[in-house]
Amino acid sequence: MKAVVTVIGKDSVGIIADVSMECAKHKVNIVDITQSVLKDYFAMIMLVEIEKMESDFAVFQKALGDLGTSRGLDIRVMHEDIFNSMHRI
Amino acid sequence: MVNINDVLETVNMIKQENLDIRTITMGISLFDCISDDQKRLENKIYDKITKSAKNLVSTANELEAKYGIPIINKRVSVTPISLVGAGCDRDGFVRLAHVLESAANEVGINFIGGYGALVQKGATKGAAALIDSIPEALATTTKVCSSINVASTKAGINMDAVARMGEIMKETAYLTRDNGSIGCAKLVVFSNIPEDNPFMAGAIHGVGEPDTVINVGVSGPGVVASAIKREGFCNFSQLADVIKKTAFKITRVGQLIAYEASKKLNTPYGIIDLSLAPTPAVGDSVARILENMGLERCGTHGTTAALAMLNDAVKKGGVMASSHVGGLSGAFIPVSEDAGMIEAAELGALNIEKLEAMTAVCSVGLDMIAVPGDTSASTLSGIIADEIAIGVINNKTTAVRLIPVYGKGVGESVEFGGLLGHAPIMKLNSYSSEEFIKRGGRIPAPIHSLRN
Repeated sequence: MKAVVTVIGKDSVGIIADVSMECAKHKVNIVDITQSVLKDYFAMIMLVEIEKMESDFAVFQKALGDLGTSRGLDIRVMHEDIFNSMHRI
Repeated sequence: MVNINDVLETVNMIKQENLDIRTITMGISLFDCISDDQKRLENKIYDKITKSAKNLVSTANELEAKYGIPIINKRVSVTPISLVGAGCDRDGFVRLAHVLESAANEVGINFIGGYGALVQKGATKGAAALIDSIPEALATTTKVCSSINVASTKAGINMDAVARMGEIMKETAYLTRDNGSIGCAKLVVFSNIPEDNPFMAGAIHGVGEPDTVINVGVSGPGVVASAIKREGFCNFSQLADVIKKTAFKITRVGQLIAYEASKKLNTPYGIIDLSLAPTPAVGDSVARILENMGLERCGTHGTTAALAMLNDAVKKGGVMASSHVGGLSGAFIPVSEDAGMIEAAELGALNIEKLEAMTAVCSVGLDMIAVPGDTSASTLSGIIADEIAIGVINNKTTAVRLIPVYGKGVGESVEFGGLLGHAPIMKLNSYSSEEFIKRGGRIPAPIHSLRN
């Protein structure tokens, strides 16, 4: 099962490092990363494998959400199927 | 890998444009609860609902987290209570309303619909008793919603029921006078009522439905409004295309949630209702969609055409996205629940006559309209009759949910709070319909050849 982590907000040093660290903490494997920076606006999406995750989905979600709040970013974790069903026929 | 722009678009729809799943509604048949013993009937109803919907709220919460999309309401619709409790008297029905309320509280849902009757051709003793019980039932509960079908294209219009519903609305408004006559917000009069509608106050679990079923109502007027704005100036063909594509995406999310909920709850999936349901929140308004199309204010000349196109394009996009579409499916125009409609009504751009015209081309009817508290029952019945006639003749669902706000008049407004919003009291025609409504009987079913 895969989930998509989206990180949106103002760019600063170490965003990817922090998010990756949090993923590792929960034994969540990062499969792919795409990011773009438009002016100061940072947008990153990460495809992560949550099959072997050691905590509940909700706990992981909250951990990343809290990390986002502390850094002034909007971080969401959503199951990849919502994007697949919405954007692919 | 999923495309970054697609991901950002979805996140933006949820975060900025109020995309949500408006409701997961579980339909529950109560036919197997029927009993000639009141107490036994009550117990069986309570047990059936609490057992069937035990995991509804927790499942919805789980899906909300998993997919990151808000699921605003969790609801239950049941077999019309007049059928289940056909032998009850008025007080017996009020007791059933209380049973529905306690069952709703037990499972933690927001609303329970189905406290209603189908009287398009005539009322059984049970149906008449249920209708009599509505004011007390709605005044003494908070989650129970009532819907009465008074007409159909096949049966014509039951004008006795139309006349009675005007009186019932007045009485309900009076009994809930301390709360802005809010009882009337839970009461809706239908023509051609759909049997699988997940939206309140009109949700029922029809007689041709399975034992239990999951129906999902999507929303997203904000998403459509933004898409139109982003597209900028374009012709109507292109505009219709933008709406269709957006409706497709919105519906796909509903389809995913419905499918997952059905699997988790081990309950068959019924339909997706493709409605654009506004809320009073800024950026969640159907009126704004029409205004983004180029109308200075919702309600001005051109509004009916704009709404007709919107409604049709939403259906075309949605049908492609879902395997089963049903319910009301289209754009809702509840005045008090739509920030743009409220504003237009306050400015005098939108009046009840225009709203009536708009209902001829969209999915519901005169919805959440506050009218003066001293409006006579026969005038309310006249409004109901007009709206119902539009549905019957055009072979579509129409409905009326009016709030004759006790003690208030034109120029004042009423606050319902939450999703129900607030509304200015609308001016009505001051001439009487009394002699017309007094006639009673039935308006015959329309002919459907020689259409003009």
